[in-house]
This record gives sequence, C-alpha cells and structure tokens, in this order.
Amino acid sequence: MSFTQKTQHLMKTTASSYLRQLEAESIHILREVVSEFTNPVMLYSIGKDSAVMLHLAMKAFFPAKPPFPLLHVDTTWKFKEMISFRDETVKRLGLDLIVHVNEEGVREKISPFTHGSALYTDVMKTQALKQALDAHGFDAAFGGARRDEEGSRAKERVFSFRNEAHAWDPKNQRPELWHTYNTRVRKGESIRVFPLSNWTELDIWSYIHMEEIPIVPLYFAAPRPVVERDGVLIMVDDERLPLDKGEKPEMRQVRFRTLGCYPLTGAITAEATTLPGIIGELMASRLSERQGRVIDRDQAGSMERKKQEGYF
Amino acid sequence: MPKLTLVQPDTGPDSEVFEAMLAEESNKDLLRFLTCGSVDDGKSTLIGRLLYDSQLVYDDQIAALEADAKKGKGASGEVDLAMLVDGLQAEREQGITIDVAYRYFASPKRKFIVADTPGHEQYTRNMATGASNCDFAVLLVDARKGVLTQTRRHCCILNLLGIKKIALAVNKMDLVDFSSDRFDEIVSEFEAFTKSLNFEEVVAIPVAAVKGDNILNPSAHMRWYHGPTLMAHLETVDVVSDRAASPFRMPVQWVNRPDSDFRGFAGTVSAGVLRPGDEVVALPAGKRTTIERIVTYDGDLEEARAGDSVTLTLVDEFDISRGDILAAPDAEAEVSDQIAANVIWMDQNPMLPGRDYILKMGNQSATASISTLKHKLNVDNLEHQAGTKLELNEVGYCNLSMSRALVFDPYAQDRDLGGFILIDRLTNATVGAGMIEFGLRRATNIHWQALDIDKSVRAQMKAQKPCALWFTGLSGSGKSTVASMLEKQLHTRGQHTYLLDGDNVRHGLNKDLGFTDADRVENIRRVAETAKLFVDAGLIVMVSFISPFRSERRMARDLFQENEFLEVFVDAPLEVCEQRDPKGLYKKARAGEIKNFTGIDSAYEQPESADIRLEASKRTPDELVSELISNLEKKGFI
Repeated sequence: MSFTQKTQHLMKTTASSYLRQLEAESIHILREVVSEFTNPVMLYSIGKDSAVMLHLAMKAFFPAKPPFPLLHVDTTWKFKEMISFRDETVKRLGLDLIVHVNEEGVREKISPFTHGSALYTDVMKTQALKQALDAHGFDAAFGGARRDEEGSRAKERVFSFRNEAHAWDPKNQRPELWHTYNTRVRKGESIRVFPLSNWTELDIWSYIHMEEIPIVPLYFAAPRPVVERDGVLIMVDDERLPLDKGEKPEMRQVRFRTLGCYPLTGAITAEATTLPGIIGELMASRLSERQGRVIDRDQAGSMERKKQEGYF
Repeated sequence: MPKLTLVQPDTGPDSEVFEAMLAEESNKDLLRFLTCGSVDDGKSTLIGRLLYDSQLVYDDQIAALEADAKKGKGASGEVDLAMLVDGLQAEREQGITIDVAYRYFASPKRKFIVADTPGHEQYTRNMATGASNCDFAVLLVDARKGVLTQTRRHCCILNLLGIKKIALAVNKMDLVDFSSDRFDEIVSEFEAFTKSLNFEEVVAIPVAAVKGDNILNPSAHMRWYHGPTLMAHLETVDVVSDRAASPFRMPVQWVNRPDSDFRGFAGTVSAGVLRPGDEVVALPAGKRTTIERIVTYDGDLEEARAGDSVTLTLVDEFDISRGDILAAPDAEAEVSDQIAANVIWMDQNPMLPGRDYILKMGNQSATASISTLKHKLNVDNLEHQAGTKLELNEVGYCNLSMSRALVFDPYAQDRDLGGFILIDRLTNATVGAGMIEFGLRRATNIHWQALDIDKSVRAQMKAQKPCALWFTGLSGSGKSTVASMLEKQLHTRGQHTYLLDGDNVRHGLNKDLGFTDADRVENIRRVAETAKLFVDAGLIVMVSFISPFRSERRMARDLFQENEFLEVFVDAPLEVCEQRDPKGLYKKARAGEIKNFTGIDSAYEQPESADIRLEASKRTPDELVSELISNLEKKGFI
C-alpha cells in the first residue's frame, strides 16, 4: 500500500473525520431538495467544486442515479479541455445533461474582448442562466458555491430564496435553523441550493484526493501557451484570443486554481502535478482563490450585486 | 503576477511526511461556535483578529481591505479587521452586521466553523439562525458598557437553543486601562443574571480584539489574569456530546426506488448506532421491522452512527414514507398532536393564537396553531409575563396543536427531533422557531368515541346535504340581509337551517372578545367551530361575518370536509358600503370613535377564489338570493 493509499484509507475509515461530517451534511441537503421540489436541476460548471457536488449526488441517491438533470451554461468561451471533460463525465456516469447557450448573445457576437467582462458575464452567464431556468421551469437549482469564497457568499443561506426575477435579497433572508429547510415557493419563484456551503477550498482538494474524483487536467501544472496581461496570465486556448502587436504566446509551466472562461481566468505559475502537490501549494499560498477571477475585481461588492441580478 | 510555491515536492521522501500531515489534518475534530453580543461590542473585529492572527487572511484580501479603507471612512490607513467578516455592501457601508457570516479556520488542534451573528435587536432572528447549529458561544461585552439588554437577550436565546458552554469575552479592555476591578464587576453582574439559566460552564476572558490581547497570545497588559487565552479555550473546550450513545433515531428523508427490486429508506441518523439485524420501530404507526442492509455508494456498512447519511433496506415489505421516524424499539420517540414549546417569533406580523401555520421539523410537516400562549419571557429579567400575542423577536412558552401527530424527542435531548420552524401559509416566510419541551398528550391514547348516529344519518332524515355558507364582505355590503332572506326562503322550502350572525354572536358566545387582531382570530375560531357542530347536526348553516383575513377564512374552511364549506363573497365597493352605512359605523370610524374598523384603518383581504361571488352593489337582495338558491340546487345541497 502506497502512502497515498494509506492516507486515503485512514481518512475513509476514521469515524470522526471532519470530511465525513461535511459529506453527510451535503448528502442530506441533496436528498432534501429531491424530496421537496418537483423539478430540480444541478448547475454543473465542470470545475473542482462541481466535481465534488456531482460525486456527492452519486452517493446520495445510490443505487439510483441522481433524479435530476445537469445544466451547463456554456458561454462558448470555456477551455476546450473543460468541454471534453464534461462530455466524458456525463457519458461515464450515464446522466442527462442540458447545455444552454444564450443564442442572442452569440448572434450579437458578445465577447469578453469587445464588450468588457461585466457586460459579457451578464449576457452570457447571468442572462443565459435565467433563460435556461425559465425555459425548463426549474423550481430548485443546485450550485457549487462555498461560503469561504467571497464576502457575500459567506452570508448566504444553504437554501437561498429567489423571486420571480431570480433576484436575491440579502437583507431579507429566511431564518434557517438546524437542518430544517423552508422549501416553500410560489409559482415562478425558486430556491438556489448550495450543498457545499460549509466546505473550504482545502476541504474540496482533500476530498478529491480521498475519493479519487476525476478533475479537469487544467488543475495540474503543465507547459501551456500563455500571454501576460495586467499581471494576469491568460492561456491562449484557441485562435479567438486577439493578440496585441508584438505579443507572442510563450510556453510556461502553469496550472489553474479555478476554472471559468479562458479569457477571464488567470493561470498561476506552479509546479504541482499531483493532488498532494496542489494541496501543498495551497497550504503555503498567501493568495485567495478568486484572485485569478477577473470578474470579481471590477469593484468591491461586485459579486453581491451580480447575485442580486440572478447570478449564481 | 500570482505565483504559488510548492512547499512539498510531488514525489520523494518528504511526500510521506506530507501525506501523514494531510491525514492528520482531515481527522481533526470540529468546533462550531458563534460570536454574539450587543452591537458595537466588536464581534466582527474579534473574528477578523482570530483569522488574521491565525494567518488565514490572504494577501489579496488585505489589499482589497486597504483599498476599501482608503475609499471609506477617515482613511486612517489602518485596516479594519471587521471588514473581513462583514460581507454585504450595506454592512460595510453602515459598519454593522445584518446577517450571519460563516467563517472557517483551523488551528493546529482543531477546525472551526464560526457564525458571526448580528448584534442589533432587529436582527435577533439571524442570531438564532447562527446559534441553532453551534455547540459553543463566545458572548462579547464592551468593558465600558458592561452587560446590556441585548447581551441578556442573546444569553437567553443561547440558553433556549441549548448551548451549554459559553465564553464571556470582555472586550475593549484597552479602553478601561486593563482594569481587573472592572472585569470582576462585569463578571459578577453576568453571573447574577445567568444563575437561573442552564449553562454548564461560563469562562470569562478579558480581551482587546483590536490589539490582539488574550486572543492568541497572553496579554502583557493583564498580568492579573491567569486563565486561558480565547484561542486556547476554543482549542480545548469539551463540547463533544456523544449522540451515538443515545437510542437510535433516523427520520426517513427519501424513499429510494430505482427499480422494483430495490426499496431503500434514505436518511441521516440523528442518534444512536444501527447494525443489520437490529429491530426498529417505524413511528408514528408503531410497526416493528428488522434492518436488512445499510447501503452506501462505498459498499454496505457494518454499522451506521449518529451523523451518517445512509440508505436502509428492511427484511420485509413495509409501507414507510418521508416523515416517518425509525427508532429503537425499547426507547421510542414520543408521538403527540399537542406539544408544549418555547417559540421565538421572527416576523413583523405578530404570532396570533388560533391562526394556522405550517410546522416543519426535519422531514415532518403539519398544520399547526398555537392553542395557548402560556406566558411571554421577559429577556431582561427572565420574568414570565402574560400576553395575547408574540411580536417580532419575542419569546413565548406555548401550547401547540397539530393537524397530525408529530414524532419527536424533547429539544434538550435531540435538536433535530425537537426543533421546528413555523411558516406563514400565505407568504411562505419562516416566521418562528420552536423548541419542544414535552408532549401534552399521547396521540396513541386518543380514541374518538364512535357514534352510531352520525352526520350522514342526521342529514338523511332532513333530506338535505349539510353545509356551511360563509358570507364574507365589508360592513354594509349586505351579508346579513342576504343571509337572513336566504334562510327564510330555505325554511319555506322545508330545509333545516341556522344563521350565525357576527353581531349577535358577540352578544353571547363571544362577548368576552374585543377587536384586537388576536381577539378577531379567536372570534372566528369559535364561530367556525360552532358552525361545524351545526353541520354535524345536519343543518345548513349560514355564517354572516366580515372575516377580513384570508388566513382565518382558510382556518374555518379547514375545519370542514371538502364540499361542506362554501365561501360566499358579498362584493360591494367600500364607497357603496360607506354610503349605505346602515348602522352609522363608518361615520364613527371616520371620526376616530371606532378603532380597527375594517375598510377604514384595518385591512379587508378579498377572497382570491370564493366559491360564490355576489355582485352586491349591482343587484337587489332578491336577485342575489335567487342566484344563491339556484347555485345550491346545482351543487346538490338542496
């Protein structure tokens, strides 16, 4: 038995394990939604948090399959490797996947380069998400957000009420006590549910390691073509990235801490090629996870405002 | 540009050490605690300090705070640690905490989830939310101000929510010259207040969060204090309650039926330990069965313990569904449709006895109403006070009755099986939280006396279908006129009837009731119950009542069987009614001589889907009565 296997074994068999507690609580939340709502959906964004959430769903309903479809809001600017990983995952697990693209945005040729990250995110992510939720009439949607990510997320309930316009009212949240969740909504209203609320970034990686959950290879360091802009390393994932005069992609040993749209996701120069390596780098890091996200930096409180507009 | 340094190589001899460290990390125990206390006592700053000193604040977060500080008040250049915790824009702008923020950190000994809860009285419900999942609390007081009303209020709520151990952090000691006398004074004041509460342990620690005194490191300014620092106490306080040692309980959350071969009952074990072959009893039905397998994705388990989310299969085919509780057969949970509980009210609209709410407790739900508000709790002095309703943030000790029997344990024994929320039926808001003390009667002991002469036999003799016609509408809309004309017509047709009129009933049965919202609810309840008895006697009952609130009309409807209750909306605009003013009441109300008059200074909630709507301003009473008669004939009542 290798050391990694030993670690995994130890983590799995210790009854008091912190990760086991988090796992059981998340499974409880997943089951609660399926019991109480008529038409739930799981937002699947392909990243590490989605990978954990999906793994928990496989556990929660075993031996049945998760009784809801996955929804991926495709901005058309995701990393190629994300899309192939998505399709493989769905096939491997035998799940239903809905892919939604805001066709209007595509017709208008909305891109992060010509329209700026704020408008692009609104049209291709927020509006696209609302279109998909409305079109299918979902009354509950799982998201993989965690409270340790960002200030306004730290305040959000596990069952987060949204009105007919999908808006969040941070000043008027329903009290949420014990493990009893108020799941009542009227027609058109919905609940966003966050089963990973109490997980930290470190918990996510430790759990991926313990459970050997497959993740997109972009999380591991490899030589990749990048350009440096405003101190952010952007990977040249396809020919749509407009290069400035004299700008030349160079191969560097990089990986990603979070994954999103490639023009808005900064790479980090790092060496970890294994999960213990990633966890080691994380423990030594002095930077938070979302620093690589271009959209959060627009201004203070930008995430809160996006959430009020219906963003996840 | 961001660069991460690898502390441990991916491979090589050090990776073994690293793996061991990782395993240890994942097996740390977890303390969930909250910080509470009055506004401005420095709760958010304290947590910011804990995070900062534990080196859990990232460089880019500090950079963001510095940017905020420059934009914000004063630009003192000093980073405000509270900003690390106050995540909402409104909170940062106002410098207050509105809602619970959850933070995550770890020390070499423990993992912590901390709920930072608001101090303002108006956000007390959020403080209760934070406390409900915690095992420990840090209660702050400002050393200059001492124990305040809000300190006492929070103390009370901690006690109600079953938190047994607390730390009293006397903060801002730097502003009272680190005085041990002041500290002792506050501690003895606090002890006097908490004497009658159920705390097992209170540890008082003098701190200065803004400077870090006695947070992680012992303070150089308070040599007179020999107790633990806050962090040392957090790391060692023993709150482990061994839920696994209690009798087995598992609420059934979801029935797993992927195909006809598998039928599993999924849920989270709330207490005890379970092994295949164990006998369990399914409540409330009380049937016994035996566990076959404990199924999980990772393979069948030899045992499931409190906290585990599992799926159970049984040796026999058994009709169990969501909301049922599986329990140890030698120590069953209680089953009752009436309970006594402490209720914290969380809504702007007051809790009114008699009004129906949805009660939800884990996987169980029922319609519930407060049958009696035994007393209110004055959080200032812990005295009991009489009251007729609970306002926002008030605490009351109540009897509740439910539409169906609930399976529960007292809250002190099991939070998940003894703590419930109350939901408003119209707005769907969570309006209250309750902690069950005990059951008022065992539902299993109640047996309805089966009577041979029943409603249908009585109705048969009268050759009619009994029903209640509930006339609702503004004063002066013509309810009583139409109802009494209808009764005459029915009488001449040989029908057996009775008319309950709002004004007349107030002279007898309800003469002890006034016109407050609470009394109005009780007024309706009594009339509805009386109407129900008359329907049971086989009569066609007409009830003529303004009954302005939808929830009360629904309460009345719920007492009856389907097709026994007809809501008749006598619809006339306020202007018409006011012009008619048959009893001169509108005039008095406008003059301010009558308070809470429906339509003037008290709302009338129009029926959304009345069974019969009469256009009372456009047609004569005779026409309305013939319309009603033909309607009743069509529906087969006469």
